[in-house]
Amino acid sequence: MNINKDMRKYTASLASAEPDGATPGAHQATPHVVNADNQERPLIIIHQLHKTYLLGQTRVHALRGVSIEISRGDFVAVRGPSGSGKTTFMNILGCLDRPSQGSYWLANHEVGQMSNQQLARVRNRMIGFVFQNFNLLSRATAMSNVELPMIYAGLSKELRTQRARQALQLVGLGTRLDHLPAQLSGGQQQRVAVARALVNSPSLLLADEPTGNLDSRTSVEIMAILQALHEQGLTIVLVTHEPDIAAYATRQIVFHDGRLLRDEPVSAPRDARAEWSVLATQNPDEDY
Amino acid sequence: MKTTDRPTEATNSAATSAVGSSPRLLLPLKSQDFDRAHKLESNVSMAMDALWANRLRSLLTALGIIIGVASVIAAFTMTQGVSANVTNTISSLGTNLIFITPGTNNTTSGGGGVSGGSNGTKRSIGSIAPTGITQSLTQGDAQAITDGPTRIPDVAAVSSVISSANQQVISGSQNWITTVQGVNASFLSIHNWSIEEGNWFSSSDDQAGKLVAVLGQTVYQQLFADIGEDPLGKTILIGNAPYRVVGVLPVQGGASNSDNMIYVPFTTALNRLNNSRYVDQILVQVDDPGNVGTVQQAITSLLEQRHRITKGMADDFNLTTSQQLLQTFNQSISLFTALLVGIASISLTVGGIGIMNIMIVSVTERTREIGLRMSLGAGRQDIRNQFLIEALTLSLVGGTIGLLIGLLLGYGITAGLAIPFVITPISLALPFAVSAGIGVIFGFYPAARAARLDPVVALRSL
Repeated sequence: MNINKDMRKYTASLASAEPDGATPGAHQATPHVVNADNQERPLIIIHQLHKTYLLGQTRVHALRGVSIEISRGDFVAVRGPSGSGKTTFMNILGCLDRPSQGSYWLANHEVGQMSNQQLARVRNRMIGFVFQNFNLLSRATAMSNVELPMIYAGLSKELRTQRARQALQLVGLGTRLDHLPAQLSGGQQQRVAVARALVNSPSLLLADEPTGNLDSRTSVEIMAILQALHEQGLTIVLVTHEPDIAAYATRQIVFHDGRLLRDEPVSAPRDARAEWSVLATQNPDEDY
Repeated sequence: MKTTDRPTEATNSAATSAVGSSPRLLLPLKSQDFDRAHKLESNVSMAMDALWANRLRSLLTALGIIIGVASVIAAFTMTQGVSANVTNTISSLGTNLIFITPGTNNTTSGGGGVSGGSNGTKRSIGSIAPTGITQSLTQGDAQAITDGPTRIPDVAAVSSVISSANQQVISGSQNWITTVQGVNASFLSIHNWSIEEGNWFSSSDDQAGKLVAVLGQTVYQQLFADIGEDPLGKTILIGNAPYRVVGVLPVQGGASNSDNMIYVPFTTALNRLNNSRYVDQILVQVDDPGNVGTVQQAITSLLEQRHRITKGMADDFNLTTSQQLLQTFNQSISLFTALLVGIASISLTVGGIGIMNIMIVSVTERTREIGLRMSLGAGRQDIRNQFLIEALTLSLVGGTIGLLIGLLLGYGITAGLAIPFVITPISLALPFAVSAGIGVIFGFYPAARAARLDPVVALRSL
């Protein structure tokens, strides 16, 4: 496939395209923009994404023509009520599912039509997942959990051990490498999950309600970690139904009935680190 | 892109170690870092962990394989032991012997199956004389084979045998019931036996009908060794006639009971123990195993002539060679082994179904885990291989345990029966191969099921 040719066709179509039902963000109506950090192409380019599936006898049209671009270094919060299509969107974004129609380009690869095997590779090497219920292997230590993506990538044992240790130290669990999930608090488990998501140096971190099972204090801690990672240049897409959590991001998109309703930057994102330092000094003995 | 502030160290306290310092993202991986390690090792250790975590369940699942393999191995060592025992006995007779026995349609060839074969073996090796069988052989037949115009070439030696069972033997205050066989002097060399103490009787002893006897080991034990007496020169009473003990045979063992036997010269037995002029068996030693066939035919025609048997009449005697004995015996053993294998297959199939059942349950239980692994980048092959290796590990561990238990059992049983404990490389390698096959065959369906799961659906499940 000739990437350049396809890209030129796509940008040409963008210039002449009529806006679809949803109100697009300002930059979509103009020809292709070079974003602020001087990278030519956005990390994620989604055009006219449709997804229908059969639920028993009924046909559900979960996504009705979604188009969006996400640049490297964006921190996007995806909001919307249940049934709005945001979960379906996340699944397609995470290459867990394929669109019925439309195209999805991730880092210059058209993943929308890839085979299962290719999608598995993309998930392994380019995407990191953080789930609401942590999804750690209960019989494996923190180290083994974090090593898992690297095992599927075929990394050598030494490299796996080294990177797993680094990742766990990064999230502040350097002293708990051999703990089982049952020996870790909710916040710590989610931190292991974050470490696991980072370990293959993905281009994109997908978080599905990462604070859903955590209390407010631990939520702040996790959001602080995500924000810190974002500052390092990681692209993060976070699904949440809580506006408070969405306020940590730099850009918010809202789904409604399978379409993008709004796509706007967050004017004054919350600073999780600042909030956390306040909380920590209030209760310095609590170690979550 | 917003400008970034490096966070201050002030916020770096123990509780904020994750957040206070600025976490550096890991270095990106280079393409040559990928696909270096084989996933087999991690798969095997993951499989062992999974099985160990559910120890009881794994053990119960493997039990089918364990029992199947253990019973097959134990039974196999038994049949191998019996087979080796009998084969040794038959082979020790030499491959150049022909046994002539009276009676029509004897069961020594073919038809009789296991029991007939072994009875034929015992009869030919010379234990209890057959009763109710029409006598037809005489000493004249034996002489015709070796002497005179009817002499058959390639015959090295001949011995007639008269067998008299259930004879009471008295020595001093000891008595014992045993079989007495009257044989020619050539009997010892035909059988290639050695004498342990004393001497075998000579042909002049035989011709003179001397009252001398050679004891089998069991008789010696019963009458003399148990009371610490040296038998040589002592007198024993057989059928109220006194015999002088001139020799003792060593232990023969094996499938014949020639240890519980007393040998006396043929003429002596003919005169004193036999009540007819017929002999119970004629033993023929051929000079070379290659000539056995021709000698066999020659003897048959000679005896047919002597017994006036015309075409169409059944022979009133039977010729058996040790080769034929071996053949018959091997046929029986093969049949038995085939039966064993059949039963083993059934039992192992049941064990395999047990494995398949548990693997299906395991897959269903771990649907969420499978979805997670897929989201982390496990392909369908990876998932399938993981479960296949789990099934394989289960069946191989079961096979190994079964092999060890089976060998232990086999050792105990063969020791108890005093038969050799035979292990062949095949009997060691086959359980592994078969267990592995079972693991792969019965583990395949659950593994394929696991691989076909849709990651989105799997992640959603409870």
